[in-house]
Amino acid sequence: MVPSTPSPPHAAEPGGAPPRSAPRRSRTALRNGRADRITLALMIGVPTLLVVGLVWLPAAATIVFSFTRWDGIGGLDTLEWVGTQNYTDAFTLYPPFWPALRNNLIWLVFLFLVPTLLGMFLAVLLDRELRGGRIYQSVFYMPVVLSLGLVGFIWQLIYSQDQGLLNTFLGATTGAEPVDWFGDPDINLYAVLVAAAWRHTGYIMLLYLAGLKAVDPSLREAAAIDGAGPVRTFTSVVFPALRPINLVVLVVTVIDALRAFDIVWIINRGRNGLELISALVTANVIGEASRVGFGSALAVIMLAFSLVFILIYVSTLLRGADR
Amino acid sequence: MHHRPTGPPALGRRALLRGLAGAAALTAVPGLAACGSRRGDPGVVTMGSNRANDAQREAVGEILGLWEADSGITVELNTIDSTSFQESLNNYLQGTPDDVIAWFAGYRTRFFAERGLISEVSQVWDERFQGAFSDQVRDLCSAPDGKQYMIPDSTSPWAVFYFKSVFEERGYDVPATREEFVDLCERMSEDGLQPLAYGVREGWPAMGTFDHLNLRINGPEFHLSLLDGDESWDSPEVRSVFGAWAELLPYHQAAPLGRGINEAQTSLVRGEAGMMLCGLFLTHVMSEDQIADLDCFPFPEFDPEIGSDAMETPVDGFMVSADPRNPEAAMDLVGHMGTLRSQEIYTAIDPQALPVHQDADTSGLSDLDAKIMGMIAGADTLTQYMDRDTRPDFASIVMIPAMQRFLRRPDDIADLTASIQRQKVSIFGR
Repeated sequence: MVPSTPSPPHAAEPGGAPPRSAPRRSRTALRNGRADRITLALMIGVPTLLVVGLVWLPAAATIVFSFTRWDGIGGLDTLEWVGTQNYTDAFTLYPPFWPALRNNLIWLVFLFLVPTLLGMFLAVLLDRELRGGRIYQSVFYMPVVLSLGLVGFIWQLIYSQDQGLLNTFLGATTGAEPVDWFGDPDINLYAVLVAAAWRHTGYIMLLYLAGLKAVDPSLREAAAIDGAGPVRTFTSVVFPALRPINLVVLVVTVIDALRAFDIVWIINRGRNGLELISALVTANVIGEASRVGFGSALAVIMLAFSLVFILIYVSTLLRGADR
Repeated sequence: MHHRPTGPPALGRRALLRGLAGAAALTAVPGLAACGSRRGDPGVVTMGSNRANDAQREAVGEILGLWEADSGITVELNTIDSTSFQESLNNYLQGTPDDVIAWFAGYRTRFFAERGLISEVSQVWDERFQGAFSDQVRDLCSAPDGKQYMIPDSTSPWAVFYFKSVFEERGYDVPATREEFVDLCERMSEDGLQPLAYGVREGWPAMGTFDHLNLRINGPEFHLSLLDGDESWDSPEVRSVFGAWAELLPYHQAAPLGRGINEAQTSLVRGEAGMMLCGLFLTHVMSEDQIADLDCFPFPEFDPEIGSDAMETPVDGFMVSADPRNPEAAMDLVGHMGTLRSQEIYTAIDPQALPVHQDADTSGLSDLDAKIMGMIAGADTLTQYMDRDTRPDFASIVMIPAMQRFLRRPDDIADLTASIQRQKVSIFGR
């Protein structure tokens, strides 16, 4: 059972691998005139400048700042070098740090377990051309259009302890005591994750739906002729054919888990059970007497965290390109 | 002025990006401020304001209109919602700020004065405000160098608020001491009322409880020195404050960490709760009838030696940027903002603001406002609220999570104060 890879939808692949024909084309360019060389220089130079200026320099500056104590006022001469103290403080003195790291991981695992699987399931259902499929599709996709900040606001209306929809409903139907959805640090993370998943599911659904449409129908016919049922067809034929989409979903989910920020910030500024590294960075860096050094140290830790996933992604891509 | 906004921050994502990637850009900002003399048009002066709700906008607009008519100079007003304003003030003052800027007195003004980011306004004080403000207010507007950097205009004090109709109907008396306060809470509980409305989801409202208990138990001098970083947080004094808080917690609305301060105010208005320790800004959620029914008393006395005079009165005012485009007009405008006439106009329009001018006419004020003015006049110390009396990073990064942890596990005080002390040393460096 060799999966015949359909042409991957490059549009959906952020920062996708360079096309294989690149070296050959550049050789052609060298043979061409000066204008071509200038074009080529511009096409390489401008993105390089942007990447260096907007990504590498700030990242390097963040790493440098993380070894200093600085409140963001005055020039670089006001930097006070403190060595690795910011890191030591983060790991030993700063109570929200470990909960934040744990919450980021829970966020990531949860996004993989619930919305990704649910989104895939919905996509498979909608791919069967159900009656009213387009309406369901729009309904499930709707939350994706909303910013997480707005999602946070909407769910506040649902989760509010005294005036919220959910507690009112539970109280009226089961007579249950009102639950402190946002205030109880043991459950508020999961309450928020449901809200985040509500949004993420639609996104994943759309990605898989696009992928499923691209799967060659003859594969399914062949599987049916070989006597495979719908489940077997999906697990052994369709899902392997979706490999490029799976990679995109993996990346999208990791990115979403790492940059999760707006929704907890709206609810309680990322405190009391909703700590996330991104919220801690923001809380430390903004405001008047800001702790740029300490905030940078937290940002560097987050960068290291992201690097793990970036490396996995890039190595998978390169392996894919070699094949 | 509104003590702290409760609305959603508009710049969340952008603020994050600034945190992650923009650190490098920060270093470039002072350079921008230095280049070009940018002497502007003598007919224009600019003002940056965080007084963004409707009443505040209207009040500021009215006062500026008067000054424009008198001076013939146009004011370009730049109003920003107060969360974004606070979050970006550092960068704003280092860039090309407006000439006159609305801000908070106390530590928050001193901080910028010491960094040379705002201009001295002592001359305006000497020329226009001899004897106009109490010495306490003057100190709040001064840096350690003894010079003034802010012109104060209004305050939004804290007290325990209740509705007269509820107290009359049930025959409650206003408590003066801790015993009377606890008795009243007991009676309210028996009557099916939640004694104290409590919502601290935003974190900062919990500071009010700590401040008042510390002021009553350890006195204002210790309180201010503690917040200045001069005392240890891992001390019997601080532990006794948390201990007293733990004793009062059963009288507060349960599970406060999930309830926003607005929701707590609503439960007072709905008559589910009997009292609420809050700033005068709680009038924003009330109708005029409700405000007429509203009354207050000072947070009760815990120790007769210390009394119950000290009061939390966050003072707001205006400062002048370090290098105003139109210095003369800026100084004149900032002086205008502090005059008796301006303060009276402002505080008449904004229901949460009271004038700080000593000659302010209290005859036109409502009973409630007049009573609070009397309490301020009789206070031996005016404090500014925790996040204005100490480093903002200590207040928001250490104290808010610490107090939230206390509210989750009120029995674990010794470990909590030890953790606060370790973080305090890391932030204050002593």
